[in-house]
Amino acid sequence: MCGIVGLFLKDKALEPKLGEMLSGMLITMTDRGPDSAGIAIYGQAQKGRKKLTVQSGGGLADYASLQSDLATFLGSEIKVTANDTHAVIDVAEDQAQELRELLSEKHVDIRVMSQGESIEIYKEVGLPGEVLERFHVPSMAGSHGIGHTRMATESAVTTDGAHPYSTGPDQCLVHNGSLSNHNALRRKLTRNGIKIESENDTEVGAAYLTWKMLQGDSLREALESSLKDLDGFFTFVVGTKDGFGVLRDPIACKPAVLAETDQFVAFGSEYRALVNLPSIEDARVWEPEPATVYFWSH
Amino acid sequence: MLSYDLAAEGLRGLNEALQAQSADINQAHWDVINPKGSHAIAVGLDAPIDVTVHGSTGYYCGGMNKQANIRVKGSVGPGVCENMMSGKVVIEGDASQYAGATGHGGLLVIKGNASSRCGISMKGINIVVHGNIGHMSAFMAQAGNLVVCGDAGDALGDSLYEAHLFVRGSVKSLGADCVEKEIRPEHIAVLSDLLAQAESDAKPKEFKRYGSARKLYNFDVDSNTSY
Repeated sequence: MCGIVGLFLKDKALEPKLGEMLSGMLITMTDRGPDSAGIAIYGQAQKGRKKLTVQSGGGLADYASLQSDLATFLGSEIKVTANDTHAVIDVAEDQAQELRELLSEKHVDIRVMSQGESIEIYKEVGLPGEVLERFHVPSMAGSHGIGHTRMATESAVTTDGAHPYSTGPDQCLVHNGSLSNHNALRRKLTRNGIKIESENDTEVGAAYLTWKMLQGDSLREALESSLKDLDGFFTFVVGTKDGFGVLRDPIACKPAVLAETDQFVAFGSEYRALVNLPSIEDARVWEPEPATVYFWSH
Repeated sequence: MLSYDLAAEGLRGLNEALQAQSADINQAHWDVINPKGSHAIAVGLDAPIDVTVHGSTGYYCGGMNKQANIRVKGSVGPGVCENMMSGKVVIEGDASQYAGATGHGGLLVIKGNASSRCGISMKGINIVVHGNIGHMSAFMAQAGNLVVCGDAGDALGDSLYEAHLFVRGSVKSLGADCVEKEIRPEHIAVLSDLLAQAESDAKPKEFKRYGSARKLYNFDVDSNTSY
């Protein structure tokens, strides 16, 4: 089943409340999937800086010593802010790639969840309420975010199997459904040099979008080609630095509701997820059409 | 008139109270407030009572309805009136997928649009949609009437049995074994009656009728590309 939500704010006055609003939406979707939960949240970008959200495969990591190790290797200012099993690493823009290589060589138990100017991803096994509380998501601010609560079908219940999946710098994907050609596609993408870390079908969907965009497609074009190349059921919500988008497969059996007001655009697997948003009774509420890309950006 | 606050008093209490009306009606009019997209509101009713839901609902509103008149002042999620037997249900907003699925009887009116699979496997229910319907509607529909005042999506009436389909606007595509048929006076009479009951002012003569070509009832090697 799975439950997915997305919230894109038009009204800047609501930005301090993004985490609280998004958390409320995702918690309402708990009974669509109790296995694991995650969110991607887009906050303030800092000029000349990049941030990586990392997760420790071995539980609570010693992020203080990670910070001093990384600073020694890179020879520059670096800041590691721990948040439970995750941490956000703030690094100079031109050293982000070097940092990733360093992490994959010398810190194999540290997994990169996301990289970009404004994206942060937090995900773990557990109920949405518990996971969001662990990472203090309700107190986070931001311009937009997406969330997922999982009922596992295609791979094990692990942090790796939880959504969102990052599809590239400042990009991420959540998925309700199941892809049936993910094994063949995983082999094809791997042969093309795309790194896929889990056995999960959605990560293959995310990697597919990354691959298409590396070939020069825009996100909209990549989503449109996915209708042809991905076999299975999906309602996708994607996040980018500036906005968020929605796409349903042509059969469209996975539910989806959109709502728009002057203050926000919101997505929910069900209308229930949207009922506590401000002035929802005056919103334009509709079901997105099958095989149609919807996108909003700042 | 009894007002039931779903957010405060819970779903189980509502359905128990409404279902209890079947033996002995002591309350003929019900208002349900604060539905907030909840699932399975007013299901399994079996009494000639009036229920008005003030707001939008989630999955399966009005499922298995017998006799009751239900009006939703909002939109409904997937599976509204699934397996309805009799009675009348009016949705003032839109309906999500498989509205009226497998329904045996009664009238379902959707004043907005219905999405995919509207009337799938319908077995005698009448459905009137004031707006448009989505793809794969009336798939394997066996009996009853589906009336669409707007447009129909792809694959209308695929593998249709004996349900009658009436569409006023365009049909994006017809499903396997579904064809346009002549509209005769007896069809105009049925349509006039349903449109009146559905509070629609559409004119019966503006509709086209679609039905089964009856070529897929039994396996026929000459039709093997149509299955």
